[in-house]
Amino acid sequence: MSVIYVLLTISIIVAVGFFIAFIVAIRNGQFDDSYTPSVRMLFEDELIKEKSEKSILTKKD
Amino acid sequence: MDKHTCFHCGLDASTQDIIYDEKSFCCQGCKTVYQIFSENDLTCYYDLQTAPGATPKDIEGKYNFLENAKIIEQLLEFNDDSTQIVSLYIPHIHCSSCIWILENLNKLHPSISASTVNFGKKTVRVTFNAETLSLKNLVTLLSSIGYEPFISLDDYSVGKKHIDRSLIYKLGIAGFAFGNVMFLSFPEYFEVGEFWLEQFKPLFRWLMFAFSVPVIFYSAQDYFISAYKGLRSKILNIDIPIALGAAVLFIRSTVEIMFDLGSGFFDSLTGLIFFLLLGKFFQQKTYAFLSFERDYKSYFPIGITKITSEGNEESIQVYDIEKGDRLLIRNEELIPVDCILIKGNARIDYSFVTGESKTISKQSGDKLFAGGKQLNGTIEVDVLKSVEQSYLTQLWSNDVFKKDKSLAFTNITNQISKRFTIYILTIAFVSTTFWLIVDSSKAINVFTSVLIIACPCALALAAPFTFGNVLRILGKKKFYLKNAGVIEQLAKINTIIFDKTGTITANKETTIHYEGISLSQDEEVLLKSTLRGSNHPLSRSLYSLLDEHNILTLDKYEEYLGKGIEAQYKHDSIKIGSAPFVGFTSETATLNTSVHISSNNTYKGKFTFYNAYRKGLSQLFNKLKQDYDLVILSGDNEGEKDNLTKLLPTKTKLLFNQKPEDKLEYIKYHQSEGAKVLMIGDGLNDAGALAQSDVGIAISENVNVFSPACDAILDASKFNELYHYIKASKSAIKIVKWSFMLSFLYNCVGLYFAVTGQLEPVIAAILMPLSSISIVAFTTVATNTIDRKLD
Repeated sequence: MSVIYVLLTISIIVAVGFFIAFIVAIRNGQFDDSYTPSVRMLFEDELIKEKSEKSILTKKD
Repeated sequence: MDKHTCFHCGLDASTQDIIYDEKSFCCQGCKTVYQIFSENDLTCYYDLQTAPGATPKDIEGKYNFLENAKIIEQLLEFNDDSTQIVSLYIPHIHCSSCIWILENLNKLHPSISASTVNFGKKTVRVTFNAETLSLKNLVTLLSSIGYEPFISLDDYSVGKKHIDRSLIYKLGIAGFAFGNVMFLSFPEYFEVGEFWLEQFKPLFRWLMFAFSVPVIFYSAQDYFISAYKGLRSKILNIDIPIALGAAVLFIRSTVEIMFDLGSGFFDSLTGLIFFLLLGKFFQQKTYAFLSFERDYKSYFPIGITKITSEGNEESIQVYDIEKGDRLLIRNEELIPVDCILIKGNARIDYSFVTGESKTISKQSGDKLFAGGKQLNGTIEVDVLKSVEQSYLTQLWSNDVFKKDKSLAFTNITNQISKRFTIYILTIAFVSTTFWLIVDSSKAINVFTSVLIIACPCALALAAPFTFGNVLRILGKKKFYLKNAGVIEQLAKINTIIFDKTGTITANKETTIHYEGISLSQDEEVLLKSTLRGSNHPLSRSLYSLLDEHNILTLDKYEEYLGKGIEAQYKHDSIKIGSAPFVGFTSETATLNTSVHISSNNTYKGKFTFYNAYRKGLSQLFNKLKQDYDLVILSGDNEGEKDNLTKLLPTKTKLLFNQKPEDKLEYIKYHQSEGAKVLMIGDGLNDAGALAQSDVGIAISENVNVFSPACDAILDASKFNELYHYIKASKSAIKIVKWSFMLSFLYNCVGLYFAVTGQLEPVIAAILMPLSSISIVAFTTVATNTIDRKLD
């Protein structure tokens, strides 16, 4: 049953790993602004789409 | 695309004929911005939102102070050889297009390496290289695309602000520990006497202990500190039973696992702290884009142009201004100190200070007060007093601004906790004594159990969740409160004091009445044509009111500063202006602003300007008069008295000619008589009164622009809803009281187990989250009914 020790160690390492990720996220200021990122993440897609459309248009011209 | 609106800013573009790239623009400025964007492949800006832009303003010379190395040093967040970081506040940020363009600044200038927008705070954080792009040029670049940053004296001191994130850390740690401890205590809950589980019990328990240590010593430290402070100042606040409960939980659990007496209550302990911090976090709703702590610093510029004795212009910092300096004030600049006008025509807008929107003309030799905004070209002034000693800034040296209102009153939770703590301690001691007699082995167990189970988690959560929710609901309805304490204060109000100008009157609208001999068609045409040439605000208002007429080309036109205008067309002449100017001598003493007209040297009549009151004012006052004493404190003269008495309930007190200090004293006096005062104002002249009152609400036509320091900001469009908002605050108090009842019920159940000595960890582990969650559920449902009532 000493496998429990191994499992416990793994589970705690995983948990602490996520915990450290959380602390790093706070330090980087991810929780300071909860609105702008939600808008920002939508930009990339639109940008690419617009650009491709635009290149087609210029070709026609 | 609608051809008649500007492609860039959405204003009417039909009168101008500016077409570029098959798009119409309202002005050259907007067109230039479009050109900049299209050249840099940034036209995506217009795809995200229709007409998102702003017309760039002329800023020639306005940011010269950004050449001053000392000022730059204070504004920069980070300053290394080739990397500089600055955060700029840009009021125009309002949509996703704004975010997009500002985060693509690097495409506009190669020296900008990164820019990040914080939409809530309306700031952009730019990383750039000052060797190739100076801060001044960066600001100029932003202004040229319509995103002019606002830099005030406030930025000067807080250039390197530290953000406090400790609550998120604490909450995160408590949540992390709570989850893991719950996991580890699962086998104990079911008491399966399995052999191997028994073997691992000590290990599991010590792991739980390890998880709980940071919770009790870090996450919960605020409760211990607050309890200690409360005890020292002899106040039994809610944090005392919480701290007591948490400490007892930790000590008893540690002792239990040390001597193998039981599994301890680490699950309840971490859960308790986690829920409490969650409540705190929830209540901490702040409106990042609003500031409730503004003083004159947020209005004042950082730098100003000084004219040296050799006649050169030099940018200096506002704090460095000394008595006797000669300053250059440009158009649209704020006068930062008391001074004397030396050169140029001053037309000063004191609306920051007084809330009065009419401008005042000054001639050379006149005294100008700090806080006025120059609107008519460049002027030169001699400084009379330094910034801190100026008339306006001295208002802030009043003691009211130094005390913290939230400390002055005990909130509803602490009121309850006073009795609660005493009851709990009594129960604990009585039951312990009882068990000492009956079965002394159980005495310590019972004593600690009572303190554990009575730990007022649900009680402490009731207020934060209710008020936090109400805060959000009112915020959605454009009534922004500074913190939860304001809701409690608002519910206790019995006197409401209103400022007049800008508060119960609308700033932009005035109504104009004409008295006298009616004007003929020709005269009206002439009047309109004459007014067209004048830039005086009264002329502008009158011009916009008159019917459309053909515009005549005048033969003669002359404007006399501070007096009026004279114009001639063929044989008709007209004079518009003050009574003596038009030759009207039998002036009856009226206090309202009026413009007199004479045609061909015969007096015709006058246009009188009345304030336009906000919509629904009478109804609001009639609703309020049943429960509250109503007062109007106005800094203006009595000109509107008759109008107001007609409009408002007879009980309303009207006081005129009140200076800022008078307003403050008036409120102080009534508070000493036991009144709970709600002050509603708008200008900086109300700042003292807003700070002195129990609740100070600033009315604002545009919440993004300035309002004086206050407890709440109310959007002017929702002014007539005030009554319902006050009522909502009262309902919130009622909900909190009901939640208290509910949590007492839980406590009684828990105390039964504790007093009889049957408190098992599993009961505590069930009861604690159950009570907390049901309280949260109850307050959420109840506050949502308030929301529905408000609609």
